[in-house]
Amino acid sequence: MSVMNIREAINQTLHDAMERDPSVILLGEDVAGGAGTAGGQEAIGGIWGTSTGLIGKFGPDRVIDTPISESAIVGAAAGAALAGMRPVAELMFADFIGVCGDQLINQIAKFRYMFGGKARCPVVVRLIYGAGMNSAAQHSQAFYNLLTAIPGLKVAMPSTPADAKGLLNEALHGDDPVMFFEHKALYGKKGEVPEGDYRVPFGHVRMAREGGDVTIVAFGRMVSFAEKAADKLAEDGIGCDIIDPRTTSPLDEEAILDSVEQTGRLVVVDECPPRCGLAADVTALVAQKAFTSLDAPPECVTAPHTPVPFSPELERAYVPGPPAIEAAVRRTLDWG
Amino acid sequence: MQYSKDGLLRAYRRMATIRQFEERLHEEIAKGEIPGFTHLYAGQEAAAVGVCEHLDSDDMIVSTHRGHGHCIAKGCDVDGMMKEIYGSREGLCKGRGGSMHIADTSIGMLGANGIVGAGAPQAVGAAIAAKAAGKGKVAIAFSGDGACNQGTTFEAMNMAAVIKVPAIFVFENNHYSEHTGDAYAVGTALDIASRAEAFGMRAWRANGCDFYSTFEAMAELLDYVRSTNLPAAIELDTERFYGHFEGDPQRYRAKGEVARLREERDALKSFRASAVTKTYLSTDELDALDAAVGEEIDRAVEAARKAERPDPSHVLEDVYASY
Ligand SMILES: Cc1ncc(C[n+]2csc(CCOP(=O)(O)OP(=O)(O)O)c2C)c(N)n1
Ligand SMILES: [Mg+2]
Repeated sequence: MSVMNIREAINQTLHDAMERDPSVILLGEDVAGGAGTAGGQEAIGGIWGTSTGLIGKFGPDRVIDTPISESAIVGAAAGAALAGMRPVAELMFADFIGVCGDQLINQIAKFRYMFGGKARCPVVVRLIYGAGMNSAAQHSQAFYNLLTAIPGLKVAMPSTPADAKGLLNEALHGDDPVMFFEHKALYGKKGEVPEGDYRVPFGHVRMAREGGDVTIVAFGRMVSFAEKAADKLAEDGIGCDIIDPRTTSPLDEEAILDSVEQTGRLVVVDECPPRCGLAADVTALVAQKAFTSLDAPPECVTAPHTPVPFSPELERAYVPGPPAIEAAVRRTLDWG
Repeated sequence: MQYSKDGLLRAYRRMATIRQFEERLHEEIAKGEIPGFTHLYAGQEAAAVGVCEHLDSDDMIVSTHRGHGHCIAKGCDVDGMMKEIYGSREGLCKGRGGSMHIADTSIGMLGANGIVGAGAPQAVGAAIAAKAAGKGKVAIAFSGDGACNQGTTFEAMNMAAVIKVPAIFVFENNHYSEHTGDAYAVGTALDIASRAEAFGMRAWRANGCDFYSTFEAMAELLDYVRSTNLPAAIELDTERFYGHFEGDPQRYRAKGEVARLREERDALKSFRASAVTKTYLSTDELDALDAAVGEEIDRAVEAARKAERPDPSHVLEDVYASY
């Protein structure tokens, strides 16, 4: 074990994968940085610091700084994967799936199925997402719900450094396309990370906490907010199960249902707006498959049905926070 | 080309406003007063002003993430812009957009844009509207040397040429897209204008650090577009004086690069030098304008600091016209 943050865990995993497997390549805007400048390549090492040192070790044929051309980045990743490589494409902001949507949803997601199971398209798309930095409507969205809705894509979103390594490494071993969501406000989060070829299988939750009174399912950055709320609730003797699904496609339905069967109460916390989001999805699952276990209506704590606003006061009102989670938990306990 | 004294004073004032607006933001951002990512336009003043001095409020522009200069050149209210950047309720966009999303459609400023390459197709649409209105108006997309590599920009140029509308593609080549140089990312050997020519439109080239160069090339270009309703393009060779965004350590720069650019490529300096020798403006007049602009910016910052903050309930407003 060593202690590192999520940024470092991702960087290390990319280093290890490129070392191990010559078919792994990385493409994206400024993934090295400094191309065609006096400072020279690797001056920057990626604007998020997740690809630092890669170009020095693996060279510009494998660490490819691209022009600003998201359709071509993701499309090229698709083609390289069909041709036998394992490309990792970086979308500097997840919002840019708006630019390369076709390659993601009509191409990468479909090849295997359309081509009778014969095509293999192991593209990993790294999408940097989420609100909290006053980056406004076009640089803050949590679009994992949109891609979770597309059959053929797997979707992962780590909330700890160990899971960042384990899930990314798993993606880099698999044969399916993986949409890997990295929350920009979580990069600095520290934790212990197992050494070596550590892998976390998709479709298995992480039980972030066991408390027994209420089940909280929280995605990505929302996990740490749920933990804050749970700390407060613990002062009143209320124990929360906190479930971090880690992957939304596949989703570990069983672990969620098991917990709700014990607690009878469900709160889902999702950074997406409420319509067709993960909160609605998990709530529907529980309503269908654990209806008789419920002692109170499920609660959804989500962003509002609006774009992400710029002003700090407005963004704070937009992002679901610990107080809203705490209140929702209390409502499930006070019900009836 | 003949210049009126009033016209030159107005152009200088606009350029000085952009410069001081940005230099002041640079200071205030360092103090931590301003939220979010801010991309400063200082260094490119001659481009925005050399283009927009030809326009009136029925002509339309579509801007970029680096949009403050375009906004000021098109006539956006400076107080309202400053308040927007501070995230105030009184900002031009009620604090919901911020630096990257300032717009004032009432004066033909159709919006700064956080998505690189999103603007060019929108300018084609605005040009359809301009042509339909039949008053010789035009629509302009500002794009960078980075944005010129987006498929959207290529599609827009081809479509404008095919459907024959008065869309103008202004490429501000400041030689960087974020941390990447145009020498690397622009495949057509440092030449963006030739791409527009390849799509079948006329293209001009000018010095985007020199007001007269940009202004005169735009005069010709606009004569052509307004009289034919056909698209055209111009590549402006320009420079940015600050980082890509505020906080950018700029390790990609050569040693002393910014100091050299400020010495050799400063649009305000060159305007002053030639305005005083070639035209009827005196140094005193320009100094007085600088001072007046300085006071205007001081007042804008003071007003922005005191301006009303948004209330959390405002987050729900304006998602739809009706719902
Ligand atoms: C679709 C999209 N891709 C990437 C980015 C991130 N980004 C913001 S500005 C920028 C560079 C733009 O370069 P250029 O067009 O030359 O404009 P400049 O910054 O030089 O004004 C990049 C890559 C973005 N905002 N939108
Ligand atoms: Mg540029």
